[in-house]
Amino acid sequence: MAAPAAPAPSGHDVARGVRNVVFVEGVRTPFGKAGPKGIFAETRADDLVVKVIRELLRRHPELPPERVDEVAIAATTQIGDQGLTLGRTAALLAGLPKSVPGYSVDRMCAGAMTAVTTAAGGIAFGAYDVVIAGGVEHMGRHPMGEGVDPNPRFISDRIVDTSALVMGQTAENLHDRYPEITKDRTDAYAVASQAKYAEAVAAGKIGPELVPVATRSADKGWGLATADEPPRPGTSLEDLGKLKTPFRPHGRITAGNAAGLNDGATGCILAEEETARELGLPIGMRLVGYSFLGVEPEVMGIGPVPATEKALKRAGLTIDDIGLFEINEAFAVQVLAFLDHFDIKQDDPRVNQWGGAIATGHPLASSGVRLMTQLSRQFAERPDVRYGITTMCIGIGMGGTVIWENPLWTGETK
Amino acid sequence: MSTLSPEEAKAKYAKEVVTTATTRLVDVPGVDGRVAVITIDNGLDHTRPSTFGPQGLLSLSAAYDEAAAAGPAAIVVTGKPFIFAVGADLGAVEGDQRDEAMMIGELGHGTFRKFTDSTIPTFAFVNGAALGGGLELALSCQYRTLSASAGAIALPELFLGMFPGWGGTQLLPNLVGADAAVTVIFENALNQNKMLKPAQVLEMGIADVMFESPDFLEQSFAWLAKVVAGEITPPRKEIDRGEAWDAAVARAKAIVHGKTKGASPGAGYALELLELARENDLDRGFAAENEAMANVLMSDTLRASLYSFGLVQKRVKKPAGAPDKSLARPVTKVGVVGAGLMASQMALLFARRLHVPVVLTDIDQARVDKGVGYVHSEVDKLLGKKRVSPDEANRLKALVTGSLDKASFADADFVIEAVFEDLAVKQQVFAEVEEHVSPQAILATNTSSLSITDMASKLAHPERVVGFHFFNPVAVMPLVEIVRAEQTDDEALATAFSVGKQLKKSCVLVKDAPSFVVNRLLTRFMGEVVKSIDEGTPFEVADKATESLGLPMSPLILLQLVGSAVALHVSETMHNAFPDRFSVSPNMAKFVAAGKTAVWQWDAQGNQTVDPEVAALWEFGDMPLTADQVKARALEGMAEEIRLMLDEGVVAEAKDIDLCMILGAGWPFWLGGITPYLDREGISEKVTGQRFLAPGVASLPA
Repeated sequence: MAAPAAPAPSGHDVARGVRNVVFVEGVRTPFGKAGPKGIFAETRADDLVVKVIRELLRRHPELPPERVDEVAIAATTQIGDQGLTLGRTAALLAGLPKSVPGYSVDRMCAGAMTAVTTAAGGIAFGAYDVVIAGGVEHMGRHPMGEGVDPNPRFISDRIVDTSALVMGQTAENLHDRYPEITKDRTDAYAVASQAKYAEAVAAGKIGPELVPVATRSADKGWGLATADEPPRPGTSLEDLGKLKTPFRPHGRITAGNAAGLNDGATGCILAEEETARELGLPIGMRLVGYSFLGVEPEVMGIGPVPATEKALKRAGLTIDDIGLFEINEAFAVQVLAFLDHFDIKQDDPRVNQWGGAIATGHPLASSGVRLMTQLSRQFAERPDVRYGITTMCIGIGMGGTVIWENPLWTGETK
Repeated sequence: MSTLSPEEAKAKYAKEVVTTATTRLVDVPGVDGRVAVITIDNGLDHTRPSTFGPQGLLSLSAAYDEAAAAGPAAIVVTGKPFIFAVGADLGAVEGDQRDEAMMIGELGHGTFRKFTDSTIPTFAFVNGAALGGGLELALSCQYRTLSASAGAIALPELFLGMFPGWGGTQLLPNLVGADAAVTVIFENALNQNKMLKPAQVLEMGIADVMFESPDFLEQSFAWLAKVVAGEITPPRKEIDRGEAWDAAVARAKAIVHGKTKGASPGAGYALELLELARENDLDRGFAAENEAMANVLMSDTLRASLYSFGLVQKRVKKPAGAPDKSLARPVTKVGVVGAGLMASQMALLFARRLHVPVVLTDIDQARVDKGVGYVHSEVDKLLGKKRVSPDEANRLKALVTGSLDKASFADADFVIEAVFEDLAVKQQVFAEVEEHVSPQAILATNTSSLSITDMASKLAHPERVVGFHFFNPVAVMPLVEIVRAEQTDDEALATAFSVGKQLKKSCVLVKDAPSFVVNRLLTRFMGEVVKSIDEGTPFEVADKATESLGLPMSPLILLQLVGSAVALHVSETMHNAFPDRFSVSPNMAKFVAAGKTAVWQWDAQGNQTVDPEVAALWEFGDMPLTADQVKARALEGMAEEIRLMLDEGVVAEAKDIDLCMILGAGWPFWLGGITPYLDREGISEKVTGQRFLAPGVASLPA
């Protein structure tokens, strides 16, 4: 009997196993102060992204540029130099091959975080092997709220309170919800953030991830941005006590216990783990899982709490498994709400050990990858730690949490 | 060094667009101490590049002093976005004082040399265009980085009748060797001001290193850090000051002779300075540059060159007498009557520049096919040279079609004829075209000698007819003479200028007069030379008589290029129009009848002799002239003709005559086209009793 013709492999024969996603390396521009005196006042946002992409490629000559399968770049205000499908245009401007596609991402403050999780999803599914993900926000060129046109039904149908779109007011609301978080505590947290950042810079822990940016000033000529502009080393409680509370009379939120308005860009290389090994790309972190979750927009700062709970649950982990925390410091009150919830002390050394956005600045859509970059560098120093998280609150009432595993972890497999 | 103070400079050179130099101290990773960054910026966008006048040089000098005083680890000079600097502000050299000219040279040297002699390492970050003095500033620095996107890098001075006088003649050959320097200073400048490509700049060793543009400055700073730290020592060429230098000087001399016949003093000084540079003694070399610069700046020749430059840079942009641009009508389809070589060249140009359908017609299918075939094969050549993409080649080929039926012109907005030079034929062609096109469609003629008014006279709408006179080869020659006939309306004329601009041609408005400007003057010029031969002057003497002018070619070579039959035809036309000034040479008629195209023939070694058959058929008179007499007669003939043309109103001003001669005949900058030369030699006054241009316009002020 003749053998039947071999059947063509059909779809259901193709394994669709989830693939491991690794964070190779992240870099960022120095962060600047938004406004006409800031270091990036006359520098375009897309150029900041271009510097980041080129730095990533320069640091990784083992990655052939044509192997980049996607460029996902986040920006909150996607107009002007942050518009025009920034992921694609920045890829072209950076000199990537024209075959490399790109797109833009917006999830407010968690833009870069979402660029990473979305692109990572594509890697895990098998659609990509290598991606570049990052974010930018030039809040000098694009002030918060530029060009927004909120639907009047938000108010008429009482979907949100008028305070929900003003981040500082949501932070005041969070104080109302958690009266035990006092201004004294948030100011103390802010002082510590500045101090930890200054120590990290002095120790050379912050700096290696920075890409210098030539900055133009029509009046002063060319300069070179090599360090963050926002930090205020030596800030004291007394200094903070003198600051105004712009969101409420006799309120609690000040410029000192919140992140400022900033300019900057971040980016990272993500890869499928086997591809990374094949190309010789270093593995900084392994993605374990992530979650985003919505909360009441009026208290958006609480977002990291349920997002983290959900992410941990899905990963089969508990908060006790987490050895390092990189939590965005949009407002100190929001960090303290998170720490209190999980019963973590506000000076716990696992949390933001190199300081946070209160010192370094928070160029909205770029910050997620800054957190990841720092966590990755901390993993490299801490083979005793297996898991870490990056988490942030997100405008319009959301939280986002990404759980990462340290590839250098030397302990017993669970 | 000059003692000019900033206040004096500001008062004296009030018109200068000042390039300000700003010093800023920056931290650079890997550098101990700070780096002083001097940014040179005239405060305007990249379409107005930074230049150096006296105030700008003083600003740069002060910026250097400020930088050095800060005790930095390195000093950087760089430009505003896309531009490094593009040389001297020529406005400062309009005066008539030699000591002022000396001052300009000394001020430039004094300022730039600070960067050369600095004990603190100096770096030029050449971020964009660096021409002339801009490149000399970069050469004056100790190290140079180059952006891979820097478009224009050159020392164009010889093109302008000057020489690189702020150190260029001394620094460049001692950096890259005399031969490469000759390429930049002589060969490129005298080859229509050719620019260097960034890769060439690097390969020659003018730049130490090249970085891509997206992070050029950042990478330049990183490189600087390595140089300052001693991790990188850029290799420098061993300079051969012996035979190689001799060979380079010889090559430069040959180039200068070939391109200028010694008529441009700037080139002559450049040769002397190249020879001097062999000693690599900057004190002597720079002093010699200053002296030579003052001499050149105080010469009428240079003033004529600057005048010429002004004509081709500025006057062409606002053609004298052109109607308001807003009157121009859009051209969405072009018809070309005739499918000969000239017509086919025009069709290709229209397709490439206007990107609209172009229809060629002729009297039979074979001619039409040949014309379209020519265009398609030229497009393939462009594709082969990668001058157009495959998609663009497909687009161009699809745009150019042929038809035997003038009905295919029905929706054309601009129809140009290039048929046989016969009035009746052209009238017939236009009459046929008019049957099909809209009443507004422009009917243009490429006639070189016929009356356009006559051509339009039998049409229902004569106001739509314009002359649109190209020069051969159509793709290369920059001039189009746009001719207004008696009834031509402003809309038609404006449309013609608009089309000319889209074709990237320089357009000059001329009156409907026999042979317009260029052909009329060249015919008069060649006619005088041929007449002298007819009278008995040997070919060799007559043809060499005008060599000292440095024209692109001798009269008899020009005759050969134009085509003797065409030249004869034009001379007949001109004779009919002006029998007392234009004669038809009976020898030329025999020459053409014998099927001859050239007087000269060349053997395998390139030796030039008279074709014996031409010598045999030519009947010489018995009144030979000397070379000087031939030259005088030719120039005096031109002076007379130009004065008559101006009196007739053929063009608006003598400047337009010069513009036509520079762009249409390739006459050199140092003659100023022609009228500045006729003025400075006294020929205009001798022949016409007056100058064409007031003293100071294209000469030293009185």
